[in-house]
Amino acid sequence: MQNEPEITAQLVKDHGLTGEEYRRILDLIGRKPNFTELGIFSVMWSEHCSYKSSRPFLKKLPTEGPRVLQGPGENAGVVDIGDGLAVVFKIESHNHPSFIEPHQGAATGVGGIMRDVFTMGARPIALMDSLRFGELDDPRTRFLLNGVVDGISNYGNCTGVPTVGGEVYFDSCYNGNILVNAFCLGLAKSDSIFLAKAGGVGNLILYVGSKTGRDGIHGASLLASSEFDDTTEDKRPTVQVGDPFTEKLLIEACLEIMEFDWVVGVQDMGAAGLTSSSFEMAHRSQAGVRMDLSKVPLREEGMTPYEILLSESQERMLFVIEPGNEEEAIAILEKWGLDAAIIGEVIEEPGVHIEFEGKEVVNLPTFPVVDGALDLKRETQRPEYLDKVGQLNLTELPEPARGDKAFTKLLACPNIASKEWVYEQYDHMVRLNTLVLPGSDAAVLRIKDTDKAVAISVDCNSRFCYLDPYEGAAIAVAESCRNLSCSGATPIGLTNCLNFGNPEKPEIMWQFEQAVQGIGDTCLYFDIPVVSGNVSLYNETKGEAIFPTPTVAVVGLIEDQTKVMTQGFKKSGHCIGLIGFTMEELGGSEYLKVLFDKNEGKPPVLDRKHEKQVQEFCRELIQKGLIQSAHDCSEGGLAIAVAESCFSSPEEAMGATLNLESTIRGDALLFGESHSRIVISFPEELTDQIEDLALGYPVDFSLIGKTGGSQFTATINGEEYIKQDIGTIKEIWKTSLGRYAGQTT
Amino acid sequence: MKCGIVVFPGSNCDHDCYHILKNILKQDTHWLWHKDSIDLSSFDLVVLPGGFSYGDYLRAGAISRFSPIMNSVIPFAEKGGKVLGICNGFQILLESGLLPGALMQNHTRKFICKNVYVRVESTNTPFTQECQDKSVLDIPIAHHQGSYYIDHHSLIDMEEKGQILFRYCDSKGNITDSSNPNGSVGSVAGVCNEQKNVMGMMPHPERCSDPLWPNIDGQSIFNSLIAQG
Repeated sequence: MQNEPEITAQLVKDHGLTGEEYRRILDLIGRKPNFTELGIFSVMWSEHCSYKSSRPFLKKLPTEGPRVLQGPGENAGVVDIGDGLAVVFKIESHNHPSFIEPHQGAATGVGGIMRDVFTMGARPIALMDSLRFGELDDPRTRFLLNGVVDGISNYGNCTGVPTVGGEVYFDSCYNGNILVNAFCLGLAKSDSIFLAKAGGVGNLILYVGSKTGRDGIHGASLLASSEFDDTTEDKRPTVQVGDPFTEKLLIEACLEIMEFDWVVGVQDMGAAGLTSSSFEMAHRSQAGVRMDLSKVPLREEGMTPYEILLSESQERMLFVIEPGNEEEAIAILEKWGLDAAIIGEVIEEPGVHIEFEGKEVVNLPTFPVVDGALDLKRETQRPEYLDKVGQLNLTELPEPARGDKAFTKLLACPNIASKEWVYEQYDHMVRLNTLVLPGSDAAVLRIKDTDKAVAISVDCNSRFCYLDPYEGAAIAVAESCRNLSCSGATPIGLTNCLNFGNPEKPEIMWQFEQAVQGIGDTCLYFDIPVVSGNVSLYNETKGEAIFPTPTVAVVGLIEDQTKVMTQGFKKSGHCIGLIGFTMEELGGSEYLKVLFDKNEGKPPVLDRKHEKQVQEFCRELIQKGLIQSAHDCSEGGLAIAVAESCFSSPEEAMGATLNLESTIRGDALLFGESHSRIVISFPEELTDQIEDLALGYPVDFSLIGKTGGSQFTATINGEEYIKQDIGTIKEIWKTSLGRYAGQTT
Repeated sequence: MKCGIVVFPGSNCDHDCYHILKNILKQDTHWLWHKDSIDLSSFDLVVLPGGFSYGDYLRAGAISRFSPIMNSVIPFAEKGGKVLGICNGFQILLESGLLPGALMQNHTRKFICKNVYVRVESTNTPFTQECQDKSVLDIPIAHHQGSYYIDHHSLIDMEEKGQILFRYCDSKGNITDSSNPNGSVGSVAGVCNEQKNVMGMMPHPERCSDPLWPNIDGQSIFNSLIAQG
């Protein structure tokens, strides 16, 4: 074995550990760590693995509920859906790797989140991604967009798990730090959920999957847990390389093995690889573990224990099985063409003992490694910028006489334009469950052999979060639930991916604290448990942080899969109705950004009680079969929502006529983003019935127009405000993003 | 009808084909494992499903053709057994030499997943006899290497022998450049061999055969096969 480097102050610093942290290591283990052990502390105490900045804040989230089978702390959350089944889901970031190497970064993000789900014994049935890129004029944006979408397409498609939706946003705040948040949902039997535990003495540790190589070393500690600067490009070797074919085999083989009752525990080797999987399993079971690294299948010769333990090679899992079953296990794995080896066992003596070539190279208790990182008690301070951006004086904003120009500009803007160019690169149909294809408010998947379906929506408007992190985060939860309600689903669980800047800055931690509070309070009000999540900090480049971006993914349940609603108008001559009411709110809107290049003001006010009633009303209309379409009003406001319902119609060219009565500004009426609004359509004869129901709640409900014709027309108090040929505007909306992505200059 | 569905490592439309044949169309359906070489003579139909067999490494279908099961499928086909290759299955049939031509990368250089229209070009085969001649099917595609290529003379020869079964078209059945999603020569979406017992197609009929969705155009292909028994 090579000589190990001497532990020096510089070496400690290079491992991302502070002097205080190093002294804490000395205290906790009572001696100097060797080089390999230093590497272990480096990854396990990194922000990415230890949550040392965020943990105290996260305790405020509601995590319990009658359906919750597993809350945060395991690989993914588990929520019961009845019929003996449960959904298993989580969202996770892969931001920094995707900025450095977009294809592999995004691909391995998808692979990692899928492993988190099938590790629990669930078959992954749906993927979604929340993607955020910089402004269109930044030359790197197009390269990153193409690379990330290509990476997700390549990896997801090959594994045979459909990518059923997501979101794509552009804003200059992501110029130096894009966001790639990957979500996966799996289906499991509710009585056979697997946890990351090691169980009793004598159990064997079985290594499964790809061989271990030198890729991804310090991906979690050095890449994910620090800001970007001029040396960022040099960190490319820390990005892992994915092999979706092996992942597919791993899914099938693992699910086959998990049918046996001799499987005690399972953990995937994600961030910090073999180190975190072995230490965490031992720690959770309060057991000891002995491993021999000489038995680990290796991709190349001459790898040191340090490299083997810190490698983040993809597509690897660690099983704990009862002794005597190893031959059967290995036979199944070999059938699927996978490497497998018994590399250790559970022992009486506590701690993790690791040998290599006959010598002990690591001997550490589990507590200091897994739970020993200091809770950093970060300071918080309200940022000063809020005073500057908080005021928006509408009287200084020139009001156009007609809305046509703003309307077509918004339709062409890539935050609103169709995401067809993206989702057509994803296999969104494989496995024959996707009842509602991408491009609607929520994706809906049937659950085979039951009458049920689940709906998923992922959402965050980070402009609102920048203007008010508490309200912005609350809005993300409310809107995501509204998306589900538009499909007919009742929200049952939430997972979040909290993307923020450098936690060492009190202003960033203030944003974080506010956003977590906003999610927590709203979930409590809507009675939705937070069952899993991920925190991604240090999303900054050269001191410039992204907007606070607490992405939430909410999962909903539909009891009757034949009662699924979609957003497209179905027939000419149907009435168009608006649930909810519109206020004069333009703060943080897409209209303000696209037309005036401003992100100012206050986000539209969220009235939780009203929001809840609007959603319940919408679900009741769907249940009773009274409506033919439902679509949430969000970016671009009422005009864009109605236009999207026209474009999503099964008929080739479906127009609409809106006759609005209002005293507020025309632009606020049509493009403002007031919350708790849903556009519905229905046959005229049902109007009275719907109005009566609305009165009973009570929710605001107004008839605003009719479907049909070849024009999109909107009049305000009898005066024409917008008139556009539906075919022309549909073409603009449909092709805008693809044209941008395909430009070669 | 006794159907066998081959599972290659990386097949991922195998379960969808199984679901349609077994649960929707109530056929006697079995799995066939790629490592097995077995006598297939009792089967009426062997399906090579879509997916990414062997990760599509090297070239789609290039490694699968050497699977042990292909040592059973090839003689089965040569004796007149019916073989249906969908998407990756079509690619494997080409690599095995059971069908003529090749599939190249889409001219968009992107994976494409969407509904397209195909026109039925011949109903004189066991795969299409229940379809209306020149009828238009609404059917999804999902592939990266689906641009069919064959030299001009061979294409004409295949047309004359009725081996071109499906062409990409618009909703009214017109064959245009803009209705050709991947740049296939002659807009070809599906072909059969001269004996008409081996068929390969890029679109996925199994994705439009479950009546839970409004579109069940894919059933006409499976029903053609079932009608023969």
